Amino acid sequence: MELIGLLNYALFMAIFIGIYALLSLGLNIQWGGAGLFNAGIAGFFAVGAYTSAILTSPAADGRLGGYEMPFYVGWAGAMLAAALIAWPIGKICLRFRSDYLAIATIGIAEIIRLVIKSEEALTNSARGISSIERPFGDLPYVSSQAAFLGIVLFLVIAAYFLVQRQFNAPWGRMMRAIRDNELAARAMGKNIEYRRLEAFIFGSALMGLSGAVFAAFNRSITPEAIDPMVATFLVWIMLILGGSGNNKGAILGAVIVWVIWSVSEIATDQLPHEYAVKAKYVRLFLIGLMLQLVLRFRPEGLLPERTTGVTRPEDEKSQ
Amino acid sequence: MLELDQLVKEFTGFRAVNGCSFTVREGTITGLIGPNGAGKTTLFNLIAGALKPTSGSIRFNGQDVTGLASDELFHKGLVRTFQIPHEFHRLSVLENLMMVPPKQQGESLFSNWFAWGAVQRGEKVVARKAWDTLAFLELTHVAHLPAGHLSGGQKKLLELGRTMMTDAKLVLLDEPAAGVNRTLLRQLEEKILILNREHGYTFILIEHDMDMIFKLCHPVICMAEGSVLVEGSFHEVRNDRRVLEAYLGETTGDAA
Repeated sequence: MELIGLLNYALFMAIFIGIYALLSLGLNIQWGGAGLFNAGIAGFFAVGAYTSAILTSPAADGRLGGYEMPFYVGWAGAMLAAALIAWPIGKICLRFRSDYLAIATIGIAEIIRLVIKSEEALTNSARGISSIERPFGDLPYVSSQAAFLGIVLFLVIAAYFLVQRQFNAPWGRMMRAIRDNELAARAMGKNIEYRRLEAFIFGSALMGLSGAVFAAFNRSITPEAIDPMVATFLVWIMLILGGSGNNKGAILGAVIVWVIWSVSEIATDQLPHEYAVKAKYVRLFLIGLMLQLVLRFRPEGLLPERTTGVTRPEDEKSQ
Repeated sequence: MLELDQLVKEFTGFRAVNGCSFTVREGTITGLIGPNGAGKTTLFNLIAGALKPTSGSIRFNGQDVTGLASDELFHKGLVRTFQIPHEFHRLSVLENLMMVPPKQQGESLFSNWFAWGAVQRGEKVVARKAWDTLAFLELTHVAHLPAGHLSGGQKKLLELGRTMMTDAKLVLLDEPAAGVNRTLLRQLEEKILILNREHGYTFILIEHDMDMIFKLCHPVICMAEGSVLVEGSFHEVRNDRRVLEAYLGETTGDAA
């Protein structure tokens, strides 16, 4: 019995790590690759979650949707919607320098959250949307969790390879150049506005996918789930700890931070009630402290960014 | 090739470039000299599209290019270097060069996913060119170092290297000699001459090293207070009384 409980917990945790790994990879495209300070991750996550919810849930009175589409349509729709909403936001906000972009994206994520919270006809406001289709949801509990984890793993691995390919290609090199020195990149003929928008949309689409997976896993989505603390700042800590600019680092960061975050929750739940409430804030403190330590002692993260190595043609021949 | 007509750049309450007009003929190496604060670098920024002129016009190869952004000018064949090196500090030295060539297939997300073979073939060509450039600049041993770790002089060389990674028509060099050691400097001069004579590059060169100006440049233009003071051969400019005054202040003789 104890063992089954542990297994269930491990599956549960692994699925969440996968959901966060997608967010962290998305942020790595934007921040690690292009140097875009997106502090509104929760907004794109929410757009993805609600889009897939509207597409896949059964029909309901008084709100949009309930189209009962298969989950993969919902998830693809989530990526598309997040990308589509990133386009006008990027068009307007990417002209700001990094710290202003952060402020603007925080504001936009908050607008999205408030719209979701209050638009009854679109999102069923505070009650949220339930009965979202979950793939393999009809299987017995443990097998269902395991099968869902399989899907999440597949998505994370696929996303990793798709992003990694771009980072190893001239595209990634160009983005890092734009990040390092905008003026010089422009003088070398690169179209900064267009390229930034590309990276912003690419990253946001992954964040939207993550939201869709999250909603499907819980079979429901409510406005509380898109709290910036867990949907934006936790992701930032993951990326910085793991190593921004490094896709393996982005995933490693998601693993470490989520394990600490959720194990510390178990620990605080063991405490008597009056302490357990207070201990919630200790968890926030713990995460903040970890960020400070990383920035002080290892600002490049556990797995630092790597330059792409191209060997000399002469050396290639002698090998 | 390049025609500047009554170019003006005004910063709040101050005209850095004040009615500057001159023409650069194709195939020349034009030297741009003048005391500090004469407006040389601001003029470069205007020509290269980093700044927009307050008034006046710039024509490049017969086309009006006034106010075009620097990335558009790059694609028309106009490349510049920076006086203060603007390297991509977290990219390796090699990557700094490899990012330059325009229209690389691997700059498209789509090609990287669906035409990786073609992208890699393109990379081979770009890599070879970059290694050749590094060999010329004697930077081969630091190829994989982040460019931010280079010395000031090495960064200058990297700036020049970037202009060699593309088929430029007009290259603006902003003090390429500053901080570069003497031996390398002679090679640099040689390379500029080769690029000029054999590859048809036209250069405009801002430099305080009169030796270099003397060896390379004809004509020489001396700027002062934002406009052209004298234009002519090195000797004509050097022996012009107005140039001396611009560098040393008014020499009316009553200072003694």
